[in-house]
Amino acid sequence: MNVMTRLAPDTALIERDFAVPDIRCAGCISKLEQGLVRDARIRSARVNFTEKRVHLAHTADAEMPDLLGAFTSLGFEAHPIGEGPKDVDGEAATSKELVRAVAVSGFAMMNIMLLSVSVWSGATGVTRDLFHWLSALIALPTIAYAGRPFFRSAWRALKHGHTNMDVPISIGVTLATALSLYETATHGAHAYFDSAVMLLFFLLCGRWLDSVMRDRARGGVTALLRNMGTGAMVVGPDGSTHWTDATALQPGMVMLVAAGERLAADGVIVQGSTRIDLSLLTGESAPQEAALDDVVHAGTLNIDAPVRVRVTAAGTDTAIADIARLMGEASQGKSRYVRIADRAARLYAPAVHGLALTAFAGWMVAGAGWHEALLIAVAVLIITCPCALGLAVPAAQIVAAGALMKRGVLIKDGSALERMAEIDRALIDKTGTLTLGRPVASNLAEIAAEHRPVLLALAQMSRHPLSAALTRDLTAQGVHAAQIDEVQETPGFGVAALWQGQPVTLGRPQGPEAGSELASELSIDGHPVALVRFADALRPDTVEAITALRAEGVDAMILSGDRTEAVAPVARTLGLTAMTGLSPQDKLAAIARSSGAGHKVLMIGDGLNDGPALAAGHASMAPGSASDVGKNASDCIFMGDRLMPVVDTIRMARRTQAIVRQNFALAIGYNVIAVPLAFAGLVTPLVAAIAMSGSSLIVVGNALRLKGSLK
Amino acid sequence: MNGLLLLIPIALCLGLLGLGAFFWSVQGGQYEDMDGAALRILVEDEADRSRMQP
Repeated sequence: MNVMTRLAPDTALIERDFAVPDIRCAGCISKLEQGLVRDARIRSARVNFTEKRVHLAHTADAEMPDLLGAFTSLGFEAHPIGEGPKDVDGEAATSKELVRAVAVSGFAMMNIMLLSVSVWSGATGVTRDLFHWLSALIALPTIAYAGRPFFRSAWRALKHGHTNMDVPISIGVTLATALSLYETATHGAHAYFDSAVMLLFFLLCGRWLDSVMRDRARGGVTALLRNMGTGAMVVGPDGSTHWTDATALQPGMVMLVAAGERLAADGVIVQGSTRIDLSLLTGESAPQEAALDDVVHAGTLNIDAPVRVRVTAAGTDTAIADIARLMGEASQGKSRYVRIADRAARLYAPAVHGLALTAFAGWMVAGAGWHEALLIAVAVLIITCPCALGLAVPAAQIVAAGALMKRGVLIKDGSALERMAEIDRALIDKTGTLTLGRPVASNLAEIAAEHRPVLLALAQMSRHPLSAALTRDLTAQGVHAAQIDEVQETPGFGVAALWQGQPVTLGRPQGPEAGSELASELSIDGHPVALVRFADALRPDTVEAITALRAEGVDAMILSGDRTEAVAPVARTLGLTAMTGLSPQDKLAAIARSSGAGHKVLMIGDGLNDGPALAAGHASMAPGSASDVGKNASDCIFMGDRLMPVVDTIRMARRTQAIVRQNFALAIGYNVIAVPLAFAGLVTPLVAAIAMSGSSLIVVGNALRLKGSLK
Repeated sequence: MNGLLLLIPIALCLGLLGLGAFFWSVQGGQYEDMDGAALRILVEDEADRSRMQP
């Protein structure tokens, strides 16, 4: 901060975060950090490579389009990141707090162990007492500090009249510490400070892993959010235009929406005519003609020509708000899902308390003093405390999430992996999910080779979505652009230029074959020579992925908002049954029917219209190209053009669940051996320490096996 | 015994020093961009380092 004030003592700087998904290498870091500050208005730029973000500090006179332009001039696409809702659960411990607690307990554990080893190897008398006192000196503040996440959660559970894993942990740690303190004061032989702190250390590691996983996914998701239609150019009364944030748009304003831009608010067209891509809103793949006085919706894409739109509803009044309400209702079912660790805790906590109580009562009846009986009860509590159980789940899940992230799949949290493992039916949206959701030139092979360089040269000059698609497809074929001059783009019609002295144009087909279908026509010297048709193509490995899904025992079905004629060919190719023309409510109902029949439904979709269904599914996935609503509502997001990551995720989730079960078996098996020893009063602090660390290491080692399992 | 009285406080202080350093580095955000930190070693030295500070 000091640096910044020194650089700009007189102007207030605005700080903003941008998501830049294309940061891939060290070169991008230096290019962005050094390139952005060349604009005098941008005072500092810092890249966060892990989260694919750039943090900018700029002066107040740099407007959003200027900033985005600075990114574009460096060859990067940037999306502003708004101040999202911070943390939903304010009471949950954050990663930073947990990592500090892990560090403190780790430090304390090592130092106490240092002293304990001396005691175990035979220190007696004053030396032992001194070492015990020193241990107490380290352990007490550590437990008070590092134990807070557990004490807090246990207290909350007790206050609401139920119990969780943290209750036996808190009681165990507190009792062990209190008893050890008593032992120390009365010159006793055994103190359990090391066990108590070690228990905290291992459990905190588990908690921390869990929260790191959630943070990483949350970071990834924010970077993906496009904040589409985050603002618009608004035409003022004097005819001048200026950028206005989506939140500041008011009904009555007139926005100028360029071709290739998403609408930021609902409105009515007051000037111009174009075609609008509704696929994110309704799943409809064919673009709709929109002319004067037609109603257009926020989130849809303007394809052809710039239009002026009078805003009729902005912000929470838009058609999207309706979908948001449906989603709120739909997601309530999911919040009732109980995670496997909590289910285990429900059985485990009473068992642990029962055992400790039995041990205490048993030894009292058998004639031991209350002191000895309590010592044994505490040993039972410590030894049964779910050290390995606390690591069993998060260790496996973070390894799985890491492996999936390398495959381009983001998992939002551990519970998503657990639910994903139970899936037995997949309901899949068509537009944008089974298909790529963007136009792809479908008849490039029919185009004569000598026309391709001209096509590419013209297409490169235009921002029209079809031109962009053509550029991508032709470049992928290795075509090099021809030399053209005097390029002119007429919005709504196309690009014109001179090629080898002849006028060439690329634009909307003028002939009789020009229907509502997507096509561009290349004319040379006024004669049409090539017609490029565009269609939304299936993802390249769709057939393979559906077959693999079946092999996993998941039956798939198409759930589309598109017309039957558009869905039928896809359904036929893949051999799937399909429901077509569905509204968001219909999709929700279809999921409810399947769930009612006892199926665990995986919903895969991308659009706004899939939002409620994604929220209602037992688990849900969205492609990286999905709408923000779709990405927010789903549990997992898969990147890239392939559909196979969906199957990878299901497989990985099932394998993770198998490992988690093995880990539980290991942890319980260890208890079966250790508890009788503790009951018999044979567990000294040394035995407890070896048993606890041993079982934790085994569980972590078992989880690491997941790492290579996707090959 | 005399040796212990000297060595144990030294051991504890060294440990605390390490813990303090770790806290300081967490506070400074050094673990927020682990992948980026690994790549930054490949980045050419900037002309004006002071502008790069967050």
